[in-house]
Amino acid sequence: MVMEIVCPAGTPASLRAAVKAGAHTVYCGFADETNARNFPGLNFDRDEMREGVKFAHDHGAKVLVAINTYPRAGAEAIWHRAVADAEKSGADAVILADLGLLAYAAKHHPGLRRHLSVQAAAANADMLNFYASEFGVKRVVLPRVLSVPEIAAINAETEVETEVFVFGGLCVMAEGRCSLSSYATGLSPNMNGVCSPASHVDYHDDHGALSAKLGGFTIHKVGADEPAPYPTLCKGCFSAGDATGHLFEDPVSLNAEKLIPQLVKAGVTALKIEGRQRSRSYVAQVVRNFRAAVEAQAAGRPMPEGMLAQLTEGQAATAGAYKKTWR
Amino acid sequence: MQLTVGPNQFFWKADAWSDFYDQMAKAPVERVVLGELVCSKRLPFYQDRIPGAIETLLAAGKEVAVTSLALVTLKRERKLTAGLIDAGVEVEVNDPTTLAYLPKDVPFSVGPLVNVYNEGTLGWLADRGATRICLPPELPLESVTALAAEGAARGVTIEVWGHGRLPLAISGRCYHARLHKRTKDNCQFACEDDPDGLTVRTLEDQPFLAMNGVQTLSDSCASMANQFEVLRDAGVKALRLSPHTGDFSGVCRAWRDRIDGRLDAAALSETLETLSGGMRLSDGFLTGARGADWSRAKEGEPA
Repeated sequence: MVMEIVCPAGTPASLRAAVKAGAHTVYCGFADETNARNFPGLNFDRDEMREGVKFAHDHGAKVLVAINTYPRAGAEAIWHRAVADAEKSGADAVILADLGLLAYAAKHHPGLRRHLSVQAAAANADMLNFYASEFGVKRVVLPRVLSVPEIAAINAETEVETEVFVFGGLCVMAEGRCSLSSYATGLSPNMNGVCSPASHVDYHDDHGALSAKLGGFTIHKVGADEPAPYPTLCKGCFSAGDATGHLFEDPVSLNAEKLIPQLVKAGVTALKIEGRQRSRSYVAQVVRNFRAAVEAQAAGRPMPEGMLAQLTEGQAATAGAYKKTWR
Repeated sequence: MQLTVGPNQFFWKADAWSDFYDQMAKAPVERVVLGELVCSKRLPFYQDRIPGAIETLLAAGKEVAVTSLALVTLKRERKLTAGLIDAGVEVEVNDPTTLAYLPKDVPFSVGPLVNVYNEGTLGWLADRGATRICLPPELPLESVTALAAEGAARGVTIEVWGHGRLPLAISGRCYHARLHKRTKDNCQFACEDDPDGLTVRTLEDQPFLAMNGVQTLSDSCASMANQFEVLRDAGVKALRLSPHTGDFSGVCRAWRDRIDGRLDAAALSETLETLSGGMRLSDGFLTGARGADWSRAKEGEPA
C-alpha cells in the first residue's frame, strides 16, 4: 500500500500546486485565529475553501481543515462556526486539538471525520484510544518527541490511524503545551496560532554582528557573513552555567525521508509535511519528491537519494526524535 | 481565597523533600498537591516518602492531592499514572492521559498543564468529574474572568498560578542532560544540582528562562501579589504557590497576610523578592503585553 502524503497549503494556489504535484491529501485552515498558522496573507476564506475542496476532489485528493488552536473563552462561536463551515465546504476531515471543541464537533457534526492535531500532543497509545472512544477520533497526528520504535509500539496498541511529520519545521517541545512564545511576545501557538511571530522580531547591527531579538530578548547573533536563521525561540543561542550555545535545539529542520521504510513498518498511515507558510513552488517540489519516495517504497524499488537537501533553506536537517541519539 | 501548594517541579534530595512537607503541614495553606510532575526518573529517590507525607498533611487538616506526570510516554509511566488512584487521595490531572485511567465516577482535579482555555473544555471536564481546575498560567485576565464565571456555574473551583517560576514547556528531551553532554538515559541526575532550576541567559546576559530537566520555566518568579483583588473579584477561589527552596513557609505566611488584609501589594512584593533571593517577579500573562512583564516595574526596569 502506498503511504498517504499529507501536504500543507497556505493559499488556494498552493493547494492546486500540491494536488497537481501528487498530494494525496492537503491540509489548510481558515484565515483567522482558529488555525495554528495564523500568519498575515495566509489561509482561506469560506469561498476559497469550498473551491479548494472541489478542485482537490475533482483531482482525487482529499482536504483536511485544521481548526487546531484552543478556542478563546467567550469566543468559542468563532471556532464552532469554523467546524460547521468546514463541513459545509465538503472537507474530508477537521483537525482539532481542544477537548471542548472535539466534544462539540462529535455532538453537532457527527458525520464529519475528526483527526487529532499534533497540538494535542497525544504521545501514548492509551491517549490515542481515549480520544477515539470519547470523541470518535479516527486519526492522530503524533508529536515530534517520539522515536520510530515508540511509534511502532503505539500502533501495535491502537486501531487509530497515525500520521507523522516527515519534513519541515521541528518543534522540540511537546506541541500545544508550550508558552515560551507568549512569555516573550504575548502571542502563542495555542491562543493565537503563531510562534515567535515576525511582528515581534527586531534585527540590529551589533558591532558588525547581526543580532536578532524576539520581544526584546536576544535570540541569536551571527557574523556578517553567516546565514541568519529565523529567531525561533527554542532554537536560539543562550547561556547557562558555563555553556553557551543552542541549549534547547540547534537551528535545524526535520527531514525523515530516509526513514520512510521504517515508518511503513511501524504501521504509520500518513506522512505529513510541515509548512503552510511556504511558497507553492516549495510545496510542489517537496510533494513530488515524497510522492516518488512512497511510490518507490510501495513498489519495492530503492528510495531516491537525498532529494530534498537543498530545500532545508540553509539549515541543517535532522531526523529529529525519530532517531533518538539523545535517548 | 484558598492557598494551594502545587507539586514541587524540581528534583530535591529525599530528606529536603520530606522536611518541606513537614513544614507545609504547619503552613497556613488549605491544600497541598504532591508527587512527581516533571520526570519519572526522579521518583524512585523519594517515592517511599510519599505515603508518610500524605498522612502528615491529612493529619494537619490539609486537603491533599497527588499529581500525574506532565508528559506520559513510556510504558512504566503509563502504569505509574494508572496507579495514581491507589494513593487514596484525589488525583490532579496534568497530562490528559490520566483521564483514560480514572473511573468515571471518581472526582478529580485538573492542574495548570492541561489546556483549559474555554468554557467548552471546562464543561466537558466538569461532566467527567472535575471539581477543581488550576488554569494554564498563559491565560489573560479576560479568559480567567470568563472561566471563573463558568466554574461557579458548574460547581468547579477555579485556581490560578499565584507564585513561582512558570512552567512554560515540556519536552521529550532533557536539557540538563544536553547541557552536560549526556544522553537522557545516562543523565546522572544533573538537574539535582539546580533545586530551583538553572537560569538561562540571553547573549546580552539578560536572565530569561530556566531549565529543569525536560521542563523549561521562566526565569522570573510569577506573582499575583499585585493582582489579588482583581482575581478575587473575578471569582477565582484559590491561588497556587509553586514550591521553591528557601523560606517557603514564609512565602505562604506572607500570602496569607495579603489575603487577610495585613499586607498590601507593595509590601508582599517586597517580602517575596527578599524571600525568593532576589528573583525578578512577573505577572505579564494576566495583564501585561507579554508573560515576562511585571505590573509593578519601576521606570528603567524591564516592564
